[in-house]
Amino acid sequence: MTNDEIFEKVRATLVDALGVDDDEVTPEARLTTDLGAESIDFLDISFRLEKNFSIKIPRGELFPDDLAADSTLAKDGIVTAAGLEILKKRMPHADIDAFAKDPKVENIASELITVQFVVNYVLRKTSGAA
Amino acid sequence: MRWIWIDRFVEFESGKYAKAIKNISLAEDHLHDHYPGFPVMPGSLMIEGMAQTGGILLGETSQFENVVILAKVPKITFHSWACPGDTLTYTAKLVDVRPDGGIVECQAHVGVRLVADGEIVFAHLDRATQNTSGIDQKNFVFSMRLLGVMQVGRAGDGSMTATTTSAG
Repeated sequence: MTNDEIFEKVRATLVDALGVDDDEVTPEARLTTDLGAESIDFLDISFRLEKNFSIKIPRGELFPDDLAADSTLAKDGIVTAAGLEILKKRMPHADIDAFAKDPKVENIASELITVQFVVNYVLRKTSGAA
Repeated sequence: MRWIWIDRFVEFESGKYAKAIKNISLAEDHLHDHYPGFPVMPGSLMIEGMAQTGGILLGETSQFENVVILAKVPKITFHSWACPGDTLTYTAKLVDVRPDGGIVECQAHVGVRLVADGEIVFAHLDRATQNTSGIDQKNFVFSMRLLGVMQVGRAGDGSMTATTTSAG
């Protein structure tokens, strides 16, 4: 599947899960900040992605749930250089370079998780890279 | 008041679907406030009834090993009223079962008239990390007490009126 094909299916998935309009779901849209996703929505989104793409999403692989509480990643609320490397390894589907411009811990949830982030994950998953 | 919003299962096919009924009575206090002079079953309580029907359906697939909680209601549409004297029939169809939870499609009918339909997502509460003292019991879609509802479907002669079959 191409990036565009995956994007369209991810868009439909997010429209169903979050009750948002088609045109709100752009690659740059942030799931929590722009589309209003709450923590329980991530579970719902994972269920739907598994079903729609026939993939298995191990818990914490797509939306890591323990990063904000991981004290080794950050110092004084800012993700350290070593922390950024850990994030890159844990989430190869994330645009860590963009995140590194303002690497506040709270930005992991509010800024990092975009629609393209989800598309990248599915792309890796369906191509066998993850 | 007991937080049990279904009266009896009338059909139950393990892992597939369940049907439960709820008889609406003017003896229920909330109907006198919702609304004064125009008693109708609140939509939120119909959702709870459908969630209890679907939650037990989901919980039964793991023999109630998992604690099932209502996580979210992504879609619900109300098409008509349900009034005192009506029997609501809740149907829940299991769409998806996952280690972390499940999804059901549900409907509420009075006779053949569609009253509501939608979708409910459930989560399995992680037993290892749960802090049961902090859990609002109202959010549980089943408890040991509620499981007794599955046994209620008996006719006067003691025979089961509910059709309970196992997929396994």
